[in-house]
Amino acid sequence: MALPSHISAAPVSAGSRTPVYALVGNPNCGKSTLFNALTGLKQKVGNYPGVTVEKKVGTAYSQHGQPITVIDLPGTYSLAARSPDEAVTRDVLLGRRSDTAQPDRILCIVDATNLERNLYLVHQILDLGRPVILVMNMMDLAAEAGLNVRVARLEKELGIPVIACEAVNGKGLVELRVAMSRSDLPLARHAWDVPAPIAPAVSELAASLVEHDRKLPLIARAEALLLLTDQDSVRVAGSTPLSPRTAEILHGWQQRWAAEGTDWAGTLVNSRYEAIGRIASEVVLRAGTVGPSLSDKIDAVVTHAVWGWLVLGCVMTLLFISIFTLAQAPMDWIGTHTALLADWVKSRMPEGDLRDLITDGAIGGVGSVVTFLPQILILFFFIGLLESTGYMARAAFIMDRLMSRVGLNGKSFIPLLSSYACAIPGIMATRTIEDAKDRLVTILVAPLMSCSARLPVYLLMIAALLPNDRVSLGAKVGIMLLMYALGTVGAFGFAWLFKRTLLKGAPPLMIMELPPYRLPGLKDVALQMLERAGIFLRRAGTVILGISIVLWFLAAYPKAPAGATPTQQLAQSFAGRAGHALEPVIKPLGFDWQIGIGLISSFAAREVFVSTMGVVFNAESSEENTAPLRDALKAARWPDGRVLFTPLVCLSLMVFYVFAMQCMSTIAVVKRETNGWKWPVFQTLYMTGTAWVLSFIVYQTGHALGF
Amino acid sequence: MAATLLKLSDLAVGASATVREFPAQDPAFIRLREMGLLAGTRITLVRTAPLGDPLEIKVRGYYLTLRKVDAAHVLVEPVP
Repeated sequence: MALPSHISAAPVSAGSRTPVYALVGNPNCGKSTLFNALTGLKQKVGNYPGVTVEKKVGTAYSQHGQPITVIDLPGTYSLAARSPDEAVTRDVLLGRRSDTAQPDRILCIVDATNLERNLYLVHQILDLGRPVILVMNMMDLAAEAGLNVRVARLEKELGIPVIACEAVNGKGLVELRVAMSRSDLPLARHAWDVPAPIAPAVSELAASLVEHDRKLPLIARAEALLLLTDQDSVRVAGSTPLSPRTAEILHGWQQRWAAEGTDWAGTLVNSRYEAIGRIASEVVLRAGTVGPSLSDKIDAVVTHAVWGWLVLGCVMTLLFISIFTLAQAPMDWIGTHTALLADWVKSRMPEGDLRDLITDGAIGGVGSVVTFLPQILILFFFIGLLESTGYMARAAFIMDRLMSRVGLNGKSFIPLLSSYACAIPGIMATRTIEDAKDRLVTILVAPLMSCSARLPVYLLMIAALLPNDRVSLGAKVGIMLLMYALGTVGAFGFAWLFKRTLLKGAPPLMIMELPPYRLPGLKDVALQMLERAGIFLRRAGTVILGISIVLWFLAAYPKAPAGATPTQQLAQSFAGRAGHALEPVIKPLGFDWQIGIGLISSFAAREVFVSTMGVVFNAESSEENTAPLRDALKAARWPDGRVLFTPLVCLSLMVFYVFAMQCMSTIAVVKRETNGWKWPVFQTLYMTGTAWVLSFIVYQTGHALGF
Repeated sequence: MAATLLKLSDLAVGASATVREFPAQDPAFIRLREMGLLAGTRITLVRTAPLGDPLEIKVRGYYLTLRKVDAAHVLVEPVP
C-alpha cells in the first residue's frame, strides 16, 4: 500500500491562515531545545483540557517573517500510547482532540546518535499522510561516536526534507526555517507493506474508520495500524471515542488472532524494524570501533555499587545546602519588602476595613506564600539541571530497588526528596512519572516529608519543650531528626498502603532509558524554571489570595471595642471563637483554644503558627530569637492553672505538624495536578486525620504514663 | 541449532546475548519491542544497579533499564 511518490500536499494558503506544525520526537532527543530555539520566548504554556498534560504552543517566523504556529507535543517512543502524555501526542496528530486543530505539518526531531530506535516513531508518523520535515539533531555527537550519518541519503530514501542540526548551538536552524517556509512540501515516499497476516484487518478497519468515524482515507490507514498496537487503548479526556462498529471490527480481529495464536502487534513492530533496518544500513556508516564513550566512563562511577551512593549523597547534600543558603537572602528581602509595601499602603490609605483587608489580608497572606518562591525557584532549577544533564535517570536507576519496596518506582525519588524543602516543586515534578497511579500516590504522600515551613514550628516547640538553654544541642537535633524520620516513615507507609488498597493494580513494565550525559542547556533550564514558577503563581495565586482574605476576615471580625489590644481582638474574633469551638476536638491532644487559633491560621502556611502564637500570647518574637515567645508560652496556663505547654503537649503538637495538611498552596497545586478537588480533599482529610490520631496516641499515652 | 536459552535476568554482567523469545500476547512487552528489543536483536548486559536491580542493557546503541522481574520473561541466547 505504498503511496504514490511526489504528491505535493495542498499548499498552505499564504495569508489566510497561519500554518500549524506539530513538533514530535523521542524523549531526550533535544526537542525542547529546538522548540525554544525556534520560538524564543513566544510561547504559551497551558494544559490540555481534562488531562494534566502540558500544552505548549509557540510562534516561529518563516524566512519572510510570516508567523508559523508550533505545537510542542510530549515526547514519546511510539504513537501506541502508554501514558496520558503519549495519548495526547497520538490524539493531536490523529486529529482526535476537539480542543486542538489537527496540525498541517509535522516536524519530527531525531537523535542522530541513535537513529534506529528514533526512526520507529518517524516510521509511524510517515503513515499519517501529512508533510513531514525530519530534523536530524546532535550531528556533532554522532560524529564523535564514529558515526557517519548520510543525511542526503536519508532524504532520498524517505523523499522528505531532512535537516542536519545541532539545536544546542543553533546550527541548522536557518535551513530548518527555510524548509518550514516552503509552501509545497512533498509527502513521504513511504514504501512499506503492511505484513500479510494483518493486512486484511488493516484494510477493513481503515474502511470502517472512513465510513463510520468520518476519517480521511490517509489518516484512516494510520489509525487502523495504531489500533492494533495500542495496548490498553489509553483514552484520555478530550479524545473522541471510536464508533461502535469500528470497535466491534477491532475486537473481532483480536479475538480471531488470539485464537489462532497470531502475534499481531509483534508482527507489526517487527515489520517496521525490518524496514528501518534497511534504511539505517544505507544511511549510517560506522567508522570503525570507538572505545567506551564519556557517558560509559561517567556511569562506571555514578552507578557504581559504592561510589554511586556517594555521588547521589553529595548531589543531594549540595542541593539542600544551596536551597537553604542561597534562598535565605531573597526570602528575607521578600519578607522585608512585603512589610514595607504594607506600611506604604497603610500610610497612603485612610484607616478602615478596606485598608486592613489589603495590608493584612491580601499583602500579608500572599506575602507569606511568596516568601517560599526563592526556594521553589532554586528547586526547579536543580530539578531542571538534573533532568537536562541525564543524572535524574541515574538517580531513579539507583533508587528503584528501594522505592519498589513500597510499590513505587525510582522516578518518585526526586519528587519526594524535593519535598523536604517544599512539597510544591516536588508535586509539580511528578509529571515525569508515566504511570498514573504511581504519580498520584507520590503526590498524595509528598507533603508528609517535613518541608522547610515546618522548621520554625519545630524550633519553637523544641525551645518550649526543653526547659533551659543548657540542654545539649544533641537533644535538640535528636528531636528534630525524629520529626523528619517520622514524616519520612509516614510517607513511605502511606505509599505502601495506597498502592495495596486504593490504587492497586498490576505494576506496569518499568522501562527507562539512560540517556547519554549532556552539558545542561542553561537557557532551557532557566526557561523551564520560570515557566513552572509562573504556573505556580498563576494557578495557586487565586486560591491563595482567596484563602488569605478569608483567614484575615476570620481574625479581624467581629471588631473588638476601640482600644483593644491585638491579643484581645484575636481572642474575640471569629478565629478566636473557632478556636473555642475546636477545643473539644483538640483537647484530647492536649491543645486549648489558643493553640486552636494557631492551627486554623497556619492553614495559610505552617510557619504562620509562630507569628499567630506571638499575637495570641502577646509576645514579640523573631525567627532568630524565639526567647520572648518561648517564655510567654511557658507562662501560658489552662483556666485551672495547669501549665499549657508541657513537654508532652509540645511533642504532641510537633507530631501534629508532621502529619497535618496545613498548606493552602500545596492544596492548590494538588488540585491543579490531579484536575479536581477530589484528591486534595482526600489528602487533607487523611493527613489531618492521621495527625489527630497520632497526636492523640502521643498525648494520651504520655499522660497515662504520668508525663 | 538447539541452543540453550537463558532468562535475560540470569545473564552475567558484561555478557552479550541474542534475544529469542518474548511472552506471547503480553501487551506490556510491546513497548519493549517498540524500543527495538526484538527476537534476533543483540544486547549486552552492562551492569546492575547498586542494589542488584534493575538491570542496564545496551541495545541498538543506547542504554535501557528494566527490572529483573520483567527481564525474567525475556529469553536470550548467550553469545560466546
